[in-house]
Amino acid sequence: MAGHIRDSLIRMDRVCKAYGDHRILFDISMDVGEREFLTILGPSGCGKTTILRLLGGFETPSSGEIFLDSRPLSGVPAYRRPINTVFQKYSLFSHLNVFENIAFGLRIKKLPREEILRKVGRMLELVNLRGYENRLVNSLSGGQQQRIAIARALVCEPRVLLLDEPLGALDLYLRKEMQIELKNMQTSLGITFIYVTHDQEEALTMSDKVVVMNSGRIQQMGTPEDIYNEPTNVFTSRFIGESNIFDGVMPRDLLVSFGGREHVCVDRGFSPMQEVHVVIRPEDVRVCEPGRGTLRGEVLSSVFKGVHYEMMLKEGDRVWMIHNTKNHPVGTEVGIYFGPEDIHIMKRGEGE
Amino acid sequence: MKRADVNFLQYPYILWAGLFIFIPLVIVLWYSFTVAGADGDAVFSLENYERFLSPVYMQVLSRSAVLAVKSTFICLLIGYPAALIITRLPRMWRNTILLLLVIPMWINFLLRTYAWMVLLGRRGVLNRILEFFGLPGQEWLYTETAVLIGMVYNFLPFMVLPLYSALSRIGKETIEAAEDLGANRFVVFRRVVLPQSVPGVIAGITMVFMPAVSAFVVSALLGGGQYMLIGNLIEQQFLYVGDWHFGSSLSIIMMVVILLTMALVSLYDKGASLEGGNLW
Repeated sequence: MAGHIRDSLIRMDRVCKAYGDHRILFDISMDVGEREFLTILGPSGCGKTTILRLLGGFETPSSGEIFLDSRPLSGVPAYRRPINTVFQKYSLFSHLNVFENIAFGLRIKKLPREEILRKVGRMLELVNLRGYENRLVNSLSGGQQQRIAIARALVCEPRVLLLDEPLGALDLYLRKEMQIELKNMQTSLGITFIYVTHDQEEALTMSDKVVVMNSGRIQQMGTPEDIYNEPTNVFTSRFIGESNIFDGVMPRDLLVSFGGREHVCVDRGFSPMQEVHVVIRPEDVRVCEPGRGTLRGEVLSSVFKGVHYEMMLKEGDRVWMIHNTKNHPVGTEVGIYFGPEDIHIMKRGEGE
Repeated sequence: MKRADVNFLQYPYILWAGLFIFIPLVIVLWYSFTVAGADGDAVFSLENYERFLSPVYMQVLSRSAVLAVKSTFICLLIGYPAALIITRLPRMWRNTILLLLVIPMWINFLLRTYAWMVLLGRRGVLNRILEFFGLPGQEWLYTETAVLIGMVYNFLPFMVLPLYSALSRIGKETIEAAEDLGANRFVVFRRVVLPQSVPGVIAGITMVFMPAVSAFVVSALLGGGQYMLIGNLIEQQFLYVGDWHFGSSLSIIMMVVILLTMALVSLYDKGASLEGGNLW
């Protein structure tokens, strides 16, 4: 972010939110660029929805400021912000049909009739709901209601679209399909999306930038690749995918000691003998014949997961989770191998 | 569950409805289409209905209808803002206010109406207050205003409760969604809250209009018998005149008026109340 010059559309500057003594958000600062797909990822209760509500104008920050186009948003009510929201529960207007739901924002702006007809028509096309104009929204399926909620927000041509776990209520197949559709819409319309989810896969699939949050604080911010490959703290590595996390010591840079052995790694910038966390992804560990790998362990369990077997190995007093396409029966002795670039070192005390 | 089981469970109600709704209705219908013959037995006749078409009785009907419409309208005028305010109160206050609204209904209807006589009488509480401020006392009792006050007072809860139920069903998220799309508070009310509360308005109007059009105690006590409504006329025919035939035809006419009004009102409902019982 530092030195990263890009048109910043939204800037949050040390935003805090508290209800009485109950603090929800701590010093949230971030920039969202024009046409960016930014995902706020975190477990429920981490404050991610509160950020959306602050941006939408439904809550006011306890301190700090939010800027849109470098202009402060405080004091601007929700209905005057060029920001629209796709709500978690869709919140469609049950007294209106599909057409009128989508036209709602345009009617308030008092656009001419032909223009409303044209814009709503285009949106119906975009979300694949042509022919549904006169249906009542409650008679539609969850996926269709979701599309209407998206169309209703997009038709207003907002600068920023906020999406609060919009795919949460859909089944897996529909969710995957909508992920792709959403990403396509965002690219083709060129609108900034701020997307909130607790689903890490969703975040990694769609986003240009991911903000990982926990307990009201930003844990890490970066591209999906950065977040996945280089988690900077234990929380991120636990939350994004599955990880083996062990205690270790760095005798010097590029060398880490754990499991009674020293391993070459690619991390630097540590003081000698600094205590660290060692993170190794289950899919980065290879299983080989005993004695040939870096370490050796005993298979505790093995579960077939479709693409791979998820095996638990006991190595010393540590338990490893390993994803491997070849099964090894429980009780057999195996070797464990991983390369220097598979080891991620994290300083202790961050995000715990 | 088998169909037979369901049918079995319906029997007590069918019996009840037959005994206390269907049979009396048939009796009333029979009375309304007959008159007492020369030797005392009933003879089929439309005379009762013809008699009703005379201006005296038509006037009674129109007076009843106008008064019922007026009191329903006033109830709506007071009840809608009241219900709207109640839905926005903190939960604890909401229940307290609703309870206060319902408590008077636990008191006997007659007693409540007598209480208004005490309040509105020539030497009543209202006039004493006016005199205290040096204003001349008014003749409140036995006026149309008194009848209206009594009706609105008695039927207001029937307006507020269904309205409250409909309004409290409009979620906070729905209102936020409208704000998000550019609606200020006024537009939110006009385009979302008002249309979504229509089932409550219909239910409230129904609940108030029905007892208002058939009211006879309020007009007898607070109107002092000067405001003969169709309810009073029926009471008079049955209890004092003893002409059950004419009384029955009046009852049938009133029922038809109510049914027609309900049908008319539900036309405006546009199927919105399909979502279920919106009374409370």
